[in-house]
Amino acid sequence: MDGFLCVSGRVAAMPAANIDTDVIMPKAFLKGIDRSGLAAGLFHDLRFDESGAVRGGFILNRPDMAETRFLLVGPNFGCGSSREHAVWGMLQYGIRGIIGSSYGAIFADNAANNGLLLLSLPTAEVAAIMAELSDDAGEMTVDLEAQRIVTGRYDAGFDIDPANRRALMLGLDRIGETMAHAEEIRSFEKAYLDRKPWLMGGGDER
Amino acid sequence: MSAPKTLYDKIVDEHRILSFDESGAAGERLLLYIDRTVLNEYTSPQAFSGLRAAGRTPWRPAASLGVVDHVNSTNPDRAAGELDPGARRQIEYLGENGRDFGIEIFDLFDPRQGIEHVVMPELGLVLPGMVIAAGDSHSTTYGAFGVVGFGIGTSDIEHLLATQTLVYRRLRTMRITIDGALAPGVTAKDMIMEVIRRIGADGAAGHAVEFAGSAIDALGVEARMTICNMAVECGARVALMAPDDKVIAYIAGCPRAPSPAMLAAARAEWWALRSDPGARFDREIALGAHDIPPMVSWGTSPDQSLAITGVVPNPEDIPAERRADAVRAMAYMDLAPQTRLQDIAIDRAFIGSCTNARLTDLRDAARILKGRKVAPGVRAMISPGSSEVRRAAEAEGIDRIFIEAGFEWRRSGCSLCLAMNDDSLAPGERCASSTNRNFEGRQGIGGRTHLMSPAMVAAAAVTGKLADVRTLAAEDRI
Repeated sequence: MDGFLCVSGRVAAMPAANIDTDVIMPKAFLKGIDRSGLAAGLFHDLRFDESGAVRGGFILNRPDMAETRFLLVGPNFGCGSSREHAVWGMLQYGIRGIIGSSYGAIFADNAANNGLLLLSLPTAEVAAIMAELSDDAGEMTVDLEAQRIVTGRYDAGFDIDPANRRALMLGLDRIGETMAHAEEIRSFEKAYLDRKPWLMGGGDER
Repeated sequence: MSAPKTLYDKIVDEHRILSFDESGAAGERLLLYIDRTVLNEYTSPQAFSGLRAAGRTPWRPAASLGVVDHVNSTNPDRAAGELDPGARRQIEYLGENGRDFGIEIFDLFDPRQGIEHVVMPELGLVLPGMVIAAGDSHSTTYGAFGVVGFGIGTSDIEHLLATQTLVYRRLRTMRITIDGALAPGVTAKDMIMEVIRRIGADGAAGHAVEFAGSAIDALGVEARMTICNMAVECGARVALMAPDDKVIAYIAGCPRAPSPAMLAAARAEWWALRSDPGARFDREIALGAHDIPPMVSWGTSPDQSLAITGVVPNPEDIPAERRADAVRAMAYMDLAPQTRLQDIAIDRAFIGSCTNARLTDLRDAARILKGRKVAPGVRAMISPGSSEVRRAAEAEGIDRIFIEAGFEWRRSGCSLCLAMNDDSLAPGERCASSTNRNFEGRQGIGGRTHLMSPAMVAAAAVTGKLADVRTLAAEDRI
């Protein structure tokens, strides 16, 4: 995954609230043991009908949305199941960032772990960008270094968690970073399990 | 004297290896020790592949258990159950990973197989004060034991396996107090559905929610699990209840519980797992138990629900910011405004899932089914929460009640809750379901889900329409 510095591209508006990860990545695409092939699954049942025909009315199926890089979404986007396939599918499809007011918590963690930018803006600002886009195929630039988001008329700064921003920009090895604390984990664990000996029942006595 | 603390903050503090910012407040970034995890066949494969690719091994293999639950058939004849090639490969790979990394796996034919969030507690692996993170959103279930339980994605499963930790953000806290006595026919499922209806599908977003009050204290442990399980549907990242003697007695009866001597040693510490008097929560909500009716969902989000005595709402009566979503949900559900919920005919009835398929749930449904028959044209299925629940129900004769009523007595798995296996709704089919999510397509493309308690599913199954369990219970008393 490329680090996210400054990305420009088409933005598609999906204003409905509570778009869940079952809708983002339907169950038919969850049967792999690797991460491949998930672009085909992204919003599959919104993109295609039961016979497999393209649903022309769905925004990502519009010819001018072929190169969509950003989604502008309603509240609580990505609620529901923990399936990380939803995030993998977004990135494989070409989506680099999502702009909304709130997100499902597990989805947000998954996005951060994979370099998918999630921006949380105040509801009124999301509504303002939605209104500006209306039916036009809008362009958006998100500059993560400068912390600015720019569309046709909208141009504003945004807040983002500094640790998340750094990881998005640099693409960090999270497990490697934690393993740098292996000694602290080991000594914590020993003291903790000594203090609570009942925890060593069950699984650990086998 | 230190400041009063919430139960959530006490457990997080006990598991904090180091803090990256030392704030101690909500939003603190810290390295959190994780006591246990449970792995399933569909969210864990890429985590194990990541370990293999990096040449890493699990930090403490005995802290993990693997269970096949999401993709398996629930065919009563296990050996005859249909498995598509992808599902077969996922089950094989879970077994392979267990063997290669020294992690215990309950495969499809293991007598302890079942839904992960039913299996973990019934084994006695869920102990008060623990932190349990797992690759399934309904890991909030463990909160019924005074455990910080939460769902994680596959990258974090890999991190947890490799390090026994997660990089964690301390949550804001919220307390939901439910006092008073429940009316007859009303269950824990109705309590949590009413909470979700009131606060919305994102009403507890970003919060660890502690449930408290006399109505919670009065519930059994399995009913408490139902509430904590489904709290994720209002956005709660963690659900918690203070453990009590019911919890300790429940654990003591489990096959892998700590020894009696260890339980005695833990007892004082477990009883101290409660929010201090005066502890400050970022948000507080209170409701009365006696006001809660039997609930059913009418829409495609768990907060789109109503009392069974109600009617599908008029779009004009719905706040403007939620109106378009409600209209879309009504179209998907093929429901007109003002339709009486009790006039809605069903095609399918399903009792199962990590929310509502434990022994007490099966007993609740069986009480309604006894002496009744599933309505003509309705296909009814029951998938017990675990193989152990299935055996226990058979020992009580509950299986006979279900079978004589016309239910299919299936094997255990996630089954029609998310239809990753061959149990699914056909397009347009309408299902009364004891599960947790009524999302579009959740139970099958074009399928329509109405969430409710197991007893309410039983009532709908025998009526052929959504039905008020209290009407049937009243008939039984005459």
